[in-house]
Amino acid sequence: MRDLALVPVIIVVLIVGSFVSPGFLMADNLMNVMQQSSELSILVIAQSLILICGKIDLSLESIVGVAPMFAAWLIISDTMMGGSGVGISGIAGIAVVLGLGILIGTVNALLVVKLRLNEFITTLAMLILLRGTTLGITNGQTLFDLPDSFLYLGTAKWLGVPVSIWIAGFLFLFAGLFMRYHRIGRAIYAIGGNAEAARVAGIPVDRITMGVYIAGGFLASLAGVMLTGRIASVVSSQGQNMIFYVFAASVIGGISLNGGQGRIVGALTGVILLGLLQNVLTLSQVAAFWIDAAYGAIILIALVITRLTGEAPRSK
Amino acid sequence: MASGISYAVEARGITKSFGRNEVLHGVDFSIPAGDSRALVGRNGAGKSTLVGIITGLYPQSAGQVFLGGKPAPSTNDRRAWRERVACVYQRWMVIPQLTVGENLFLNNQPLNRSGLVDWRTLRQQAADVLKDWDLDVSPDLEAWRLTVEQRQIVEIARALLQGSRFIILDEPTAELERREVTRLFDRIRALQQSGVTFLYISHHLEEIYEICKSVTVMRDGRIVADAPLSELPKSKLVAAMVGEQVAALEPKATAPARADVLPAGLTIRGLRLKGVVDGIDLDVRSGECVGLAGLAGSGKDDVAEAVAGLVQPLTGTIEICGKAAATGNVAAMREMGVGFVARDRHVRGLFPVMAVADNLTITVLDRLGSLGLVSPSAQARMVDRQISDIGIVTSSPAQAIGELSGGNQQKTMVGRALASDPKVLVVCAPTQGVDIASKQALYKIIDDARADGMAVLVVSDDLDELTICDRVEVVFRGKITKSFKRGWGEHEVVAAIEGLY
Repeated sequence: MRDLALVPVIIVVLIVGSFVSPGFLMADNLMNVMQQSSELSILVIAQSLILICGKIDLSLESIVGVAPMFAAWLIISDTMMGGSGVGISGIAGIAVVLGLGILIGTVNALLVVKLRLNEFITTLAMLILLRGTTLGITNGQTLFDLPDSFLYLGTAKWLGVPVSIWIAGFLFLFAGLFMRYHRIGRAIYAIGGNAEAARVAGIPVDRITMGVYIAGGFLASLAGVMLTGRIASVVSSQGQNMIFYVFAASVIGGISLNGGQGRIVGALTGVILLGLLQNVLTLSQVAAFWIDAAYGAIILIALVITRLTGEAPRSK
Repeated sequence: MASGISYAVEARGITKSFGRNEVLHGVDFSIPAGDSRALVGRNGAGKSTLVGIITGLYPQSAGQVFLGGKPAPSTNDRRAWRERVACVYQRWMVIPQLTVGENLFLNNQPLNRSGLVDWRTLRQQAADVLKDWDLDVSPDLEAWRLTVEQRQIVEIARALLQGSRFIILDEPTAELERREVTRLFDRIRALQQSGVTFLYISHHLEEIYEICKSVTVMRDGRIVADAPLSELPKSKLVAAMVGEQVAALEPKATAPARADVLPAGLTIRGLRLKGVVDGIDLDVRSGECVGLAGLAGSGKDDVAEAVAGLVQPLTGTIEICGKAAATGNVAAMREMGVGFVARDRHVRGLFPVMAVADNLTITVLDRLGSLGLVSPSAQARMVDRQISDIGIVTSSPAQAIGELSGGNQQKTMVGRALASDPKVLVVCAPTQGVDIASKQALYKIIDDARADGMAVLVVSDDLDELTICDRVEVVFRGKITKSFKRGWGEHEVVAAIEGLY
């Protein structure tokens, strides 16, 4: 089972973590880890769909920043605070965020699918454009003092568990089942596996690929709402560098960069592993400067272990 | 090497195996310097392998090659090969992003004293070469802007610039207009005058009589004839390509009822497509198996794609069991009752990392549950039935199809086409690259489909595949030119396929 190859690694991290700090295995700490990973995990779902379809989207992390920033700017009525002066409601703000995510996903889809631009450079350009826009909207200012309704998805709890964990969990379940049991999910695997054969088989390749990009934009904007809610403000750097961790989690979770291969449950183990690692490193008081380096090293080790425990590399 | 005569190429006792499969069996082959030799043979006769060996693309398993009287360089020394023999392939061998001038002097650029590329000289020399060839293009033009004709000339010119006096042309006229062919032949004749040796590979036999002096015929990895063309009229040439006349090939399928009493299956009228197909009428009745034969590029595959819904016809109609079909839409054609097995399963059929089960059912998932959901139990039932009906050998339905043998992959492709219970089954080269036993099994599957009342169209250039058909229609340059009833002889069919009547 290549999909669950990370499970032993996760167990090792759990054991190491329990030695590092007695608080590590406490419910509160683990809940905290899950909540902090929830936005990342939604981006991982988005990127996994796109990767399985044989494409790539680098702009996801910038949607996490620009969509809430634009909505918050509309919400805040005080121009001294960096707002627009329009003053829309929190609920309308969430609608704006999600609508903007869908819009950006659609633009990506049109550029990549209809104009047949290279998806790497197109979404990289989109990333740079949106990153700059995020700064430009408020001249780099942080927006806070946002209405509770706008922050709800990142702050509220249902049955004692943060809403963002419910959402991430539900989306993993939904995406996993959809990719496994819905014919569009199977078509996405087919397109990523051999787009020409998919076309010959009568699968609407272009329409489904566009749909995947649009879903990606939507999910990224949802992650943006949740992140904004959790930190109760929109920083101009919101989402920055997340894309690296998105790729790390997807790929160590078994999603192939060549398309057509990997399962959503695998991507979930990737997210869990990354979240636990970060927590263990922080608890063991590794100097902040070194956390990223340790992170990189551990990802490399995880990759090697995945390869060794999983299937042999495909060689042709 | 022999006394007095010098040879541009001399190959002795060449044997070549790929894996355990021996494709050349001790071939002796030589071309005297200044000759123009044609190399002909059916697909799979070993022509490309022989050319690959005498151009150094891969080493022979046994035997020796001499070029210009000297032993051939090692296959790693591409430069030494290029100086002695050049091959102009059907596919582009110029580098599209570089300029014409740079392509002419590729890896052979004039250098200045400090060892850097001397662009001014390069441009100057390139302009001179292009002028010699009457080619009205700038040396600074990017090569992808060239026409096919110009590109071929650039490749020939490059070969001569690199010192080669022996040029191999592989199907050079396949994409040319008649006028361009005439110009190309004029240029070849001029080079022949100046002593350049040619080896000319073509499926268009009429051309070789126009341009070559002698011919080598290959069949089944052997050379079966080697003679001046003046001694080998067309009928004898075809006979040599096909081999012993096997008069009426043994029918491999049971003969159906008389075709005229069968109900209509696939009916094509006045089909014209972008490209070569120009006015095709074809009837395949339900319960009938019809072969569509022709050379690569004759248009036979385009007809199949039109029936599958992959291309929108310019004009013409396609009817399935008497009902006009919505053309140009694969899903709609499948709904109408068309099952399609594409040529070249690796490129156009397989999802290599997906399971056999997914590969079998990918086109019919909407029938395996409601709301687009795929019921695993319904899928398993269908897959189990198909695997046992068709006889696919797999360790489990969950095995990745890329791990199966070619024969089982191909059976899966046919199974996918049959999964939608089609009324018309279109199969392109259904037994390409499969072993003998699978071949027989595939013939049986196809014949069973016919016996069940499907209209079966077999699109192929493999005579063996065509023997299962009740009737064979031959397509040449976009039109149906001949029709053969069951019991045809190989010579007449090959002659029709090659455009000789």
